[in-house]
Amino acid sequence: MKPSIFLAACVVLCLSTGAASAIDVAPAGAAACSGCHPVSRAIETPFTPLVGRNPTEIVTAIQEFRSGQRPGTVMDRIAKGFTDDEIKTIAAWYAAQKD
Amino acid sequence: MTRHPVSRRDFLRRTAATAATLGFATPALAQPTAGRVVVVGGGFAGASCARALKRIDPRITVTLVEANATFTACPLSNAVIAGLRDLPAQQFDYKRFAAQRITVTLAPAVGVNADARTVILNDGVRLPYDRLVLAPGIEIRWDALPGYTEAAAERMPHAWRAGDQTMLLRKQLESMEDGGLVVMSAPANPFRCPPGPYERASLIAHFLKTRKPKSKLIVLDAKDAFSKQGLFLNAWKELYPDLIEWVPLSKGGSVTSVDPKTNTLTTEFGIHKAAVANVIAPQRAGRIAELAGVADKSGWCPIDPVTFESKLRPNIHVIGDAAIAGAMPKSAFAANSQAKVCAAALAKLLAGEKPDEPKLINTCYSLVAPDYGISVAGVYEPRGGLLADVKGAGGVSPANASPDVRTLEANFANGWFTAITGEVFG
Repeated sequence: MKPSIFLAACVVLCLSTGAASAIDVAPAGAAACSGCHPVSRAIETPFTPLVGRNPTEIVTAIQEFRSGQRPGTVMDRIAKGFTDDEIKTIAAWYAAQKD
Repeated sequence: MTRHPVSRRDFLRRTAATAATLGFATPALAQPTAGRVVVVGGGFAGASCARALKRIDPRITVTLVEANATFTACPLSNAVIAGLRDLPAQQFDYKRFAAQRITVTLAPAVGVNADARTVILNDGVRLPYDRLVLAPGIEIRWDALPGYTEAAAERMPHAWRAGDQTMLLRKQLESMEDGGLVVMSAPANPFRCPPGPYERASLIAHFLKTRKPKSKLIVLDAKDAFSKQGLFLNAWKELYPDLIEWVPLSKGGSVTSVDPKTNTLTTEFGIHKAAVANVIAPQRAGRIAELAGVADKSGWCPIDPVTFESKLRPNIHVIGDAAIAGAMPKSAFAANSQAKVCAAALAKLLAGEKPDEPKLINTCYSLVAPDYGISVAGVYEPRGGLLADVKGAGGVSPANASPDVRTLEANFANGWFTAITGEVFG
């Protein structure tokens, strides 16, 4: 198939499925996490990789950091800046990402 | 980075990228690109933005313009000055960018034509853009401190842009006689890396304590307050008693002139003759910001907090140290965080969509000693046209943290550097 025809097919497909946005961007706050949490497991750091992680684990961890139930160094201070909905959205997005 | 088998989509993207690179102007071939973005500056802000753009939408044609083939990172460069780390550990290149089909153009950008939407390179080449990202970092204001010229910086290094200056200061400290006086000057706000001068003072003090114990360090400060002040001052009392003297603005700390011939720094209250002088001079956004017309009278660049688009010129976005980012400090973490938000906004704008309201994070670690780290963190959101602190979040390390926590934060400082440079350059 010629690229231009293929593209046209893609456009038709996107329009017909009624996709809300052609651009998949990280939800608010999520992009900042990879300032510390490695984008790839090949990067050796003391920080938990978030990519592909069980979303419930992420939500629980952040909520416990926020409440003070789980001791943290900076995550206790950062978690206080996020609502439950934001945390859930970020966790779901990271869970769906691939290394 | 994971490699995927070549799909039709990839083939299509490559065709688009090739068409753009070769300058084929036929509408049929030009169509697959989702827009042309030129990023000027390959530091934490610019390099992060270029890579994030391609991750979000590989159809965007991305050109990174950077004057130097090697990037030398500032974070942890204070450890290089103190002999705890070598300069190559700070250095990165752009070789991995080609795999993402980012065109890296190693040339200085010398101008921007905002009306024609072109970036002008030093060889006269003009790069067209739909959206331009300026990430020029800082430059020293050579007009701000009498006596402090580029030539003076060869005698009295600022070491505020990492590389030769870092090594110059290190060598001066290494060759100084035991008993020598080291004098640092710290500028008024705003400047790159607010806790940086105090981390540097700490690590130079560590060097003096372990290698030249008869020596002393004076910090002449143009401010009365600074980042993580309580933590630094307590740590200095504990680790470096009688070694560091901090002279705030109100006690005559503001340096009014320097003289490289005699290696002296003058304040309103007196003259300090240094064995080693480190002049962290006032700064402004890198020169291209002014040339592009996006810097205001302050020397920094006002931006929209959602898109990072300049408030002075449309279609030009400014990220990193050069930007006036409200409550966000000028740090590598902030630059990287802003870069990814800006990339997402650009992808949306190029697709004709409305950018999302972002939330950003900053975390800055400082080493007070090799095994003693402290941190500040913040969460930010657009409010009142600026990036403002999310109330109730952020803050500094606890004043009463245990030695184990200080060691942990020192490890995290190093781990952070590995993670962020892995994302940006790996």
